[in-house]
This record gives sequence, C-alpha cells and structure tokens, in this order.
Amino acid sequence: MATRVDTIEPIPVPEPERPPTRRVPPQEWARENLFSTWWNSLLTVVFGAALAWALYKVTRFVFFDAQWQIVERNLRNFVVFHFPRGETWRVWAALFVVAGAVGLGAGAAATRREIEVEEGRAPAGGGRFLLVRRAVPLVLLVAVLLAFARSLEATLLVLAAAAVWLVFRLAGRRVPARHARWVAAIVFAALVAAYLTITAFGGVPWDRWGGLLLTVFLAVGGIALSFPLGVLLALGRRSTLPVVRWVCIVYIELIRGVPLITVLFMAAFALGFFLPATWDKPGLITRALVAFVAFTAAYVAEVVRGGLQSVPPGQIEAAQAVGLSPLRTTRLIVLPQALRAVIPGLVGQFISLFKDTSLVFIIGLTEILAVAEIATKQPDFLGQGLIVETLLFVSFIYWAGSYWMSRESQRLEARLGVGYR
Amino acid sequence: MAVATPALAKRPPPWRNVRVRRWALQALFLLVVVAVVVWIYENLTDNLRAANQRTDFTFLRQQAGFAIPDPGFSSADTIFQAFLVGAKNTAKVAFLGILLATVLGVVIGVARLSTNWLVRRAAAIYVETLRNIPVLVIILFWYLGVLIRLRPLDEGSDILGLVNLSNRGLVLPWLDRTGGTAVFFAVLAVAAAAAVAAFLWRTRRFDRTGEPHRRVLWAGGILVVGLVVGFFASGMPFGLSLPERGEFATAGGFRLSPEYGALLIALTLYTASHIAEIVRGSILAVQKGQTEAANALGLTGFQRLRYVVLPQAFRISVPPMANQYLNLTKNSSLGIAIGYYELTRIYRISVAQAAPAPQATLVLMLFYLAFSLFIAGVTNLINRRLAIRGR
Repeated sequence: MATRVDTIEPIPVPEPERPPTRRVPPQEWARENLFSTWWNSLLTVVFGAALAWALYKVTRFVFFDAQWQIVERNLRNFVVFHFPRGETWRVWAALFVVAGAVGLGAGAAATRREIEVEEGRAPAGGGRFLLVRRAVPLVLLVAVLLAFARSLEATLLVLAAAAVWLVFRLAGRRVPARHARWVAAIVFAALVAAYLTITAFGGVPWDRWGGLLLTVFLAVGGIALSFPLGVLLALGRRSTLPVVRWVCIVYIELIRGVPLITVLFMAAFALGFFLPATWDKPGLITRALVAFVAFTAAYVAEVVRGGLQSVPPGQIEAAQAVGLSPLRTTRLIVLPQALRAVIPGLVGQFISLFKDTSLVFIIGLTEILAVAEIATKQPDFLGQGLIVETLLFVSFIYWAGSYWMSRESQRLEARLGVGYR
Repeated sequence: MAVATPALAKRPPPWRNVRVRRWALQALFLLVVVAVVVWIYENLTDNLRAANQRTDFTFLRQQAGFAIPDPGFSSADTIFQAFLVGAKNTAKVAFLGILLATVLGVVIGVARLSTNWLVRRAAAIYVETLRNIPVLVIILFWYLGVLIRLRPLDEGSDILGLVNLSNRGLVLPWLDRTGGTAVFFAVLAVAAAAAVAAFLWRTRRFDRTGEPHRRVLWAGGILVVGLVVGFFASGMPFGLSLPERGEFATAGGFRLSPEYGALLIALTLYTASHIAEIVRGSILAVQKGQTEAANALGLTGFQRLRYVVLPQAFRISVPPMANQYLNLTKNSSLGIAIGYYELTRIYRISVAQAAPAPQATLVLMLFYLAFSLFIAGVTNLINRRLAIRGR
C-alpha cells in the first residue's frame, strides 16, 4: 500500500482586527491635531508661518526666479557626459533591456507574494493603487528629466520603455512559482546583456562613461561585486578557524574605521604602486570601482553577519545531525536563511553607496555632481551663480533615487515578515 | 554473528582528521595572505624606487614647504606637524558638529512624535529630505550656494558692531588678553573644584532627604562667582575684542571661516536627520506603559519626556548614536571639497608636494583610525555606565 503523503495544511492566519476608522469633521480634526493646548496652538501658528514663508520662497525660486536653462542645455551632460553622441542609442537599448528584466522580476515577485499571503506566510498589505503610490518618486524623477529634455523622441522612448516594463511584468506574473530560480537567472543575464549592449561590439568602455550613467554604474557594479566578497568576509569572521577569523576582523574593522574618501585616494594615487610595473595601469573609473568594492564589502560583511547570527543554532545542529559537511551546511542551510533576512540591510547599503558615488567628484571623475560644478564654468553660464540651480537638480535626482529605494526597502522588510512571526 | 567494525576502531588517516585539516587550512590561508602582502610590498618598493621616492616614512620629518592659515604653523615646519594641524581642524569640526547634531537631532526626533500635526509633518519632511541627499551635495550647497555668496566684506552686515557677517566668514566678539592670567585661572580652578563639590553634596543630600537638590543652580552660581572674583582680583586681564572691518580682512574678534561654517552646518544638518530617526526609534522602543504611567501620575508632557521617556530612550540610543558620531567625524574628510584645512586636505597637499602617496595615505588612514578608536572608546565608556545592569 502506498503511503499517502499528507499535504500540510497551512495554519490560517486570522485577519488582524483593526480598530474602526473614525471619521471626524475637519474642524474637529484641527482642534485635536493643531490646537489641543495653548502650547500646541502657539506651535501651530509659529510653525505655520515659518513653513508658509519657506514654501513661498522655495516655490518662487523653483518656478519663477531660477534660471533652469543651465540644466536644460546641459541635460545630456548630466545624464551621460562625454559619452560619444553617436553611441547614445546603446544607452537607450540598455534601458529597454533593464526595463524588461526588472518588469519580469517584479511580476514574478508579485505572484510569489500573492501565494505567500494566501498561504498565510506573509502579512497582507498595500491597499488600492499600491503600484502607483510606490512608483511616485520614480515617475516624478522621469517627469522632471523629460520636462528638461523637451524632446518628443525622448518622451516616446521613455513611454516605450515603460510599456516594455509592463509587458514583461505581465509575463512575469504568469511564471509558476517553481521557476523562480530561472527568473532570477534571466534577470541577472539581462543585466549583463545591458552592460554588454553599451560596451561590446564597438561600444564604449566604462572608462568613458559619465554623468548619471556613471553614478548608476558605480553603485550597481559596486554592490554587485562587493556582495560576494562581503559574504565571504562575514563567513570568515564567524569562522571557527582563528587565523581566518582574525584576518577578516582586521580587514573589516580597518576599513570601517576610515572615511571612504581615504580609500578612494588610496585607489587613485597608490593603487598603481601596488601592481607590477609591467602591468597596464587601470583607469580612474576602474580604480574608483575597486575602492567602492573594497570599502562596501566591509559594510556588507557586517550586515550579512547580522543575518548569520539570526539563524537559530538548531538549524546548524540539525544539518550536522543529518550529516551535511560544514560547506554544505553553510551553502544549503545557513546562507539561504541568513541572506533572506538581510535583504533590507543590503538595500540600505546600496542606498549609501548610491549617495557615496558623489565622492568620486573629489578624485576627478565626472558623475552628476561633478557635472553640476562644471556646467557653471561654461562660458555661457560663468559667474552667474547658477550653482544653486544645478545642485538643486542633482539633489533631486539623488533624493528621488534614494527615497524610492528606502521606501521599497521598508516594504520589503514588512514583507519578509520582520516582526511577523 | 560477527560484526566487522575494525575500521572504526582505527585512527582515521591524517587527511580525514578534523584537527589536521583545521591546521592545514589555516596554514594555507595564512600562506596565501602573506604571499599577497609580500607580493604587494615587493611591487611597492620596486615602483617607489623606480619613481625615485623614499620607501620609508621619513617624509614625515621633511619640511612641509606649504603654508596653512594657522598661527602655529609655518612652511618651515615638518609634514607631520602639518598633519597635526589638520587633525586639530578635523577635531574642531567633529567636536562642535557632534554637539550641535545631537541637540538638533533630539529636537527633531521628539518633534516627529509631536501631538501637533504640523510639527510632526515638518520634522518628517526634514528627515526624509536630508537623509536622502549625499552629504557632499549639502556641503557644496552651503559653501558655494550660500556662504561665499554672502555680501563681500565692504558691504557685509555689521550687527550692532558686535558681529560681522560677510563672504569672508563670521566674526564674533571675543576676549583679548591684556594682563597676567595666572591668578585668574587659579581662582577659576578653585571655583570649579568647589562647584563639583557642591554638586555632589546637593546630590547626596537629595538622595538622603528628598529635598529639592537644585544642584545645577548651586554649581553654576559658584562658577559665576569664581569667574567674577577672579576677573577683578587679577586686575581685569581680559578685554573685549570687537570685529573691526579692514579693507581686505577683519581685525579683532573671533573669525569663523566660511569653509568651517559650511562644513559644520552641512554635517550638523545631515547627521541630525539620522540622529532624529534614532531618537524616534528609541522613544518608540520605550514601553508604552511607561508613558501611560507618567500620564497617570499627572506629569506634564515636558516632565514625561524629561524624567520618564528620554532617560530610558537615551540608554537604547547610545550605540547607534556612537555610530553617527563616527560617521560625522569621517564625513568631515569631505571638507577637502571646499578647501577646509582638515586632515584629508593636508594629505592632498603633501602628496602634491611629492610626499610618497602610499605611505601618506597610510598615515592619513591611521589618523582617522585614531579618531575612530577614540570616539568608540568614549562612547563605550558611556554605554557601560548607562546600560541597565543585572538582567
């Protein structure tokens, strides 16, 4: 008689009862939230006046006084800088590839999440228009860029990229959960393909990239390359072999004790001395990338270490009891659980890195912050004090990117069930 | 029935022995690390010799040959002394920045939990804006966009003749030494000792009897009396030095350069946004029952914060705050972008003056490591004193 395999019924999670929402008329709301005590009333009046004044000043500057021609005329410089003009199509093509890959991944993730919610393994969340609300900072960013571009061609291309994203998202929704591994592989391959679209077949090597393209490249390349190194360092730091542990501890703590700019200087000025004289000296962008990887790996290691410590020791003991070797215990039991727990932390690290790419300005690379400075020195704009305009524009780009990612990371944290067990 | 188990009784062969494997693995690892280090070192010395540069650290004893706007430094001093001046300037920014960022961060963190909707919102907008912009952009904004675009010196604003603000910096009234100060400082030292004693005495009295201690009032009063007595007893050794506007610079007073100002303001604002989040998180982490108990006792909102919530929240927040202090100190290295003479700029100038880059970078890193260790040490001490014991 064949044994019947019981499918384990998921334990139904009761919908948490929410307190009833109270609808209050506006004057009631104002009394509760703005004028509850004399002190609060005073705060409201003083703060309201100050805020209104600040808002007036900012609005007036942004919409009337600011001379945005400097950004309009330099938009291409802000986005790619001295990237050869004839090869710009490669950047667009890469954008399409990335849009498709991200759409596919997002679709698969959404399906998977739905299943998790159904099975009661994740909290339901969101609400109406979640997708729209999530995308607000990004849409704002693209809208501002297009408003400055004032080009029908660019607008159409961006819309087309959005369409590609949507199509692939729909396709991703239909991928069965058991193929999630393949989706991850495809997304990774697509990112490599996007990179090759720009560099391969007579393309432009990264040493000639600039502007926003360089910013994104340094951030994505930095995190992608520092991740494996960081995981190794974290494992080394938790190793039972004292020599390995101490080497890792010394590396991590040394790097964490010094500012990023010193590591960048080390790469820019001293890296050439460390390599044999017969080798070709790497370009400045490569050196910056090396510095970012060396620096970020130490921080990634600390994040991953947190994840490793969160894996219950019983898991490892069980693996040993089953007879797994230490290597397989780590690879099959510890790492999958640890890495899942540290995804939000890694996103946080990526946001830091994204912001820190601005530092390459100091060693003489031209990412967006450097363009903001260079633009004010063009003959047409020299000495007009337009640095406020360009810095505001650049700040907005950084802000939109990091704010969007930090909100996504909070969502992810909720989804991975931190505090939901 | 014979069970064949002799294989288990035998010692395992060495390549299956865990202890042997551990030793072998570590030896191999060490070998690789040492080999890489030696390889780099060999390359380094070869390259330095080829570039006709020294392979040791004697460059630190060479004449600097560059000037720093610091009264204690001339270009005839050594490079090491230049680094020390840089460290002093870094410390100047870091110390004041940590103080100001803490104050501002706590205020904003508390404001994020205010019962007033407007205040809450404003604080949230502040945090979400500042946290998501690179600190370097903020530094450049304050320097290039605000401080050096103030009016030039000859039309700068004098406020009551006391303060002078222009694109050359902020000049504040300061004290000038006009006579001997030994008596003054002696009196001051005595007063300080008395103040500490009074503080302890009032605290102990409060602990015993429960009478209001007013210890800050006591200690502060004694200090003020000491200051006044010392000032007159030693024949008024200080005079007020007011900023006087010259053609190219101000004379007198205490001048804060725009570089220092921009770096300080930017680091304070940026770090405060991070500290605010820590403070908010720590306050939320204090058990709700504590707040409710305070309310039940009839404490006012301020009393509740001051005596119940903040002391407990402060305990939780020490380690992450320490991290922010470290970050602020490390971020002060970005002063190089606006020409503030801190460590990194001194390093950059030295390298431009032909100091060997690898060694100079190493020295720079060591200086920052010293700063990091110092701050980590101090905050660890605070943490150990504050942490709840016996649990």
